[in-house]
Amino acid sequence: MLRRLLSNDMPGSRILAVLLVLLVVGLAFGPFLVPGVKAINVAAKVLIFIVLVASFDLLLGYTGIVSFAHTMFFGIGAYGVAIASSVLEPGWQSVAAGMAMALALSCVLAFVIGLFSLRVRAMFFAMITLAVGSAFASLASQLSDLTGGEDGLTFSVPRIISPGFEFAKPLLGVAMDGRLICYYLIFGLTLVLVLAMLRIVNSPFGRVLQAIRDNEFRAEAIGYPVVVYRTMAAVIAALFACLAGGMLALWLKYNGPDTSLSMEIMVDVLLIVVIGGMGTIYGAAIGAAIFIIAQNYLQDLLALGNNAASSLPAFAALLSPDRWLLWLGLLFVLSVYFFPTGIVGTLRGTPERKH
Amino acid sequence: MTETEIQSPMPARKVTPIWSIEFDLRPILLLPAIALVALPLVGTPSTWLTLTVAGLAMGMIIFITASGLTLVFGLMDVLNFGHGLFIAFGAYVAVATLGPLVNWTGSPELWRNLVALGCAMLAAMIAAAALGAAFERIIVRPVYGKHLKQILITMGGGIIGEELIKVIWGPSQIPLPLPEALRGAVSLGDASLSRYRILAVVIGLVVFAVLAWTLNRTKLGLLVRAGVQDREMVEALGYRIGRLFVGVFVTGSALAGLGGVMWGLFQQNLVPQMGVQVNVLIFIVIIIGGLGSTTGALIGALLVGLVVNYVGFVFPVLTQFASIGLLIAVLLWRPQGLYPVVNR
Amino acid sequence: MNALSLEGVHTHIGAYHILHGVDLVVPKGKVTMLLGRNGAGKTTTLRTIMGLWRASRGNIRFDGKEIAALPTPSISAMGVAYVPEHMGIFADLTVKENMLLAARKAKRLEDLDESRLKWIFRLFPAVEKFWSYQAGKLSGGQKQMLAVARAIVEPREMLIIDEPSKGLAPAIVSNMIDAIEQLKATGVTTLLVEQNVNFAKRLGDHVAVMDDGVIVHNGSMSDFSDDIRLQQNLLGLAL
Repeated sequence: MLRRLLSNDMPGSRILAVLLVLLVVGLAFGPFLVPGVKAINVAAKVLIFIVLVASFDLLLGYTGIVSFAHTMFFGIGAYGVAIASSVLEPGWQSVAAGMAMALALSCVLAFVIGLFSLRVRAMFFAMITLAVGSAFASLASQLSDLTGGEDGLTFSVPRIISPGFEFAKPLLGVAMDGRLICYYLIFGLTLVLVLAMLRIVNSPFGRVLQAIRDNEFRAEAIGYPVVVYRTMAAVIAALFACLAGGMLALWLKYNGPDTSLSMEIMVDVLLIVVIGGMGTIYGAAIGAAIFIIAQNYLQDLLALGNNAASSLPAFAALLSPDRWLLWLGLLFVLSVYFFPTGIVGTLRGTPERKH
Repeated sequence: MTETEIQSPMPARKVTPIWSIEFDLRPILLLPAIALVALPLVGTPSTWLTLTVAGLAMGMIIFITASGLTLVFGLMDVLNFGHGLFIAFGAYVAVATLGPLVNWTGSPELWRNLVALGCAMLAAMIAAAALGAAFERIIVRPVYGKHLKQILITMGGGIIGEELIKVIWGPSQIPLPLPEALRGAVSLGDASLSRYRILAVVIGLVVFAVLAWTLNRTKLGLLVRAGVQDREMVEALGYRIGRLFVGVFVTGSALAGLGGVMWGLFQQNLVPQMGVQVNVLIFIVIIIGGLGSTTGALIGALLVGLVVNYVGFVFPVLTQFASIGLLIAVLLWRPQGLYPVVNR
Repeated sequence: MNALSLEGVHTHIGAYHILHGVDLVVPKGKVTMLLGRNGAGKTTTLRTIMGLWRASRGNIRFDGKEIAALPTPSISAMGVAYVPEHMGIFADLTVKENMLLAARKAKRLEDLDESRLKWIFRLFPAVEKFWSYQAGKLSGGQKQMLAVARAIVEPREMLIIDEPSKGLAPAIVSNMIDAIEQLKATGVTTLLVEQNVNFAKRLGDHVAVMDDGVIVHNGSMSDFSDDIRLQQNLLGLAL
């Protein structure tokens, strides 16, 4: 039964299986295991990023497309929900309407981008998506009437998921409120979406994608219309990212250009997918968890180190909690050199694909 | 020995002697074309002139930073997504150099200012070149030919570098004021032309002239141009192109450093992310110009500079998309860029 | 005395095993023809000699020195000039720039050996005629001339030319034959891959025939030309 649920894509390594189980359990019971606002925020962010990074893995790891415009769809999803809830009456209808429009827009844009990727060389495409991604981010802050500009949009969410909605007395020190419901809503959605992605990449469609990634010429020669497959992959990846964006907006009850559209997020996603392991989906899950937890808790660790080294200011600067991207970048570069298959690939013992 | 008649069914076309190659003028004509189109949109000739000079200056600065990158790509198929690092590093080193030279930059005498600036630029170029050599050795060399890894690893290198800059110089903005004599503007009728921007255009032209001379009049330049077309054949002729590549990469980094100083002076302040910000523009420029072509990079950069400045005045909302719009328009006309290098 | 010798050379390109143990000798100062059907592995052999493709097994000796593991520029620097099948002309460069590039010892045009250049101009008048023209604008035959002219702009120990007469009009082919005969007279070892049978017969002192990645015949051209049955067996036609 488990096999079918995971679409026959078993972890393949005992350690990985343990990690995944820990992850699922941790996320499922997180709010009760570690009480407090920070913990539940971190957990929700992990869930959302798992979906976002997995969608990027679909594009990069399985189809072999390097696109720096991916967070654009994340932003579209988030803004869709945010704008709809601001302009219309807050409630499930506006959320649905916003999400629907965001998905439609993502579909169209992804379609165009997907088609475009076939007309130019991969390097060109990467550069151009970098430009488009940056431009889109600044466009969002420019259209302040619609998007609230730099300040972003704060809005109300449906009552049942808002923090004010207390439906029972606190259990085990955790408030039984709308926030908890929202969390489990996101948890459920994440589970469904990840399993869906596993199903997609392990289907015949997914295998064709991998064939195209490995040798486009041969795939075309065998008879698969590369155009169709790659465009579909681009659209599907965009849709999942869009959904992740919607979840983010619902959780934060706020959205702004830095929250979902910034290049920083794109870079973070890229780092996660490489460190976690490209082309595995599980890599996105493990990677996102490690990354987000580290981002929030490692900084405390770094701060300790910073204080301890305060007598040597130069060294202390290296350990400043703000500089955690330095260490992540280092880890990323080392990972590309020595663990090209990422954490998951290394645990599974996957040999490196020769291009 | 009898001389056999050479039969040439298609006579070869005569070439203009300046570059010894046939020169396609159409892309260059885009420049005056766009300038002329902008004139009625801008309205007043004096504003137009100011914008044009600003655009050309910006274009020149972008060209200086982009020229190395396009040659590196054309020569060895290596795209450095961390190129912005050399730009930022150069600028920061320049600030460090100008610190003790405050008397010279504060002086109202132009020559003192220029000397101080010259020192700063030289320091920036040397520092960026050194960083470039290290970057090539550690980050780039292991991933020749593997495009995906190149993108990832050069990005990673760029991120690490940017963070290190924050470690050394702090994460916040640092001012980079113009030297005394270069502040302000020169009046040409109603138009006010910033002194610094005029200097930038001059420096840009000098850089282009030096590059063009090296590429077209020296054997080294010959090797680079040949290598961009057919690397294998150059090796078969007996030249170690690997060493040449390191040289080109380091030169490109030095130029990026110079560009960084100039960009910093343009903005009058530095932020650690400045490299990344310019990076996007540089990529657009070298795609427009044609990967591997220095002339293309120049024209592309000037076009982008002009377009961004005109659009920024006439339709401010569209500024960010102006360069992308230009890119798409050019690619629709010439999918390989303005001056595509013959592909091997 | 052999200028070049290959022993048991295997070459793999990706998953494809092209050369299956090539044994070839190229005698010094003579013209050796490498014949064979399309796809027999002739170009692969030349590229392997030049180090453009690595031999997976076997020895390659040039002038007594082992060169199988050397990088291409080193092999070229030992005095081997290579003219590939696609000619390798730098289309954006002028004819004179192409020539200058091929002259390793020359830093500027003035450094080129005047008398040698004059000799090359006599052999290939097109090179002189289109000296300042962009090489890409030349016709196919003229490019071929340029390619060979480049190879001989400085004295070399050995010339390796892949299909010098390919796509050339008959009048130009005889030009090429004249040129190579003159080169032969200077004592340069030459290894030519050829499909044009007259060309091969007129110029070759020795002949090696290749099929399916191995050498199936190696001997003097005169013996080969006389033996019609051997020719038919190996090449499917008579020289």
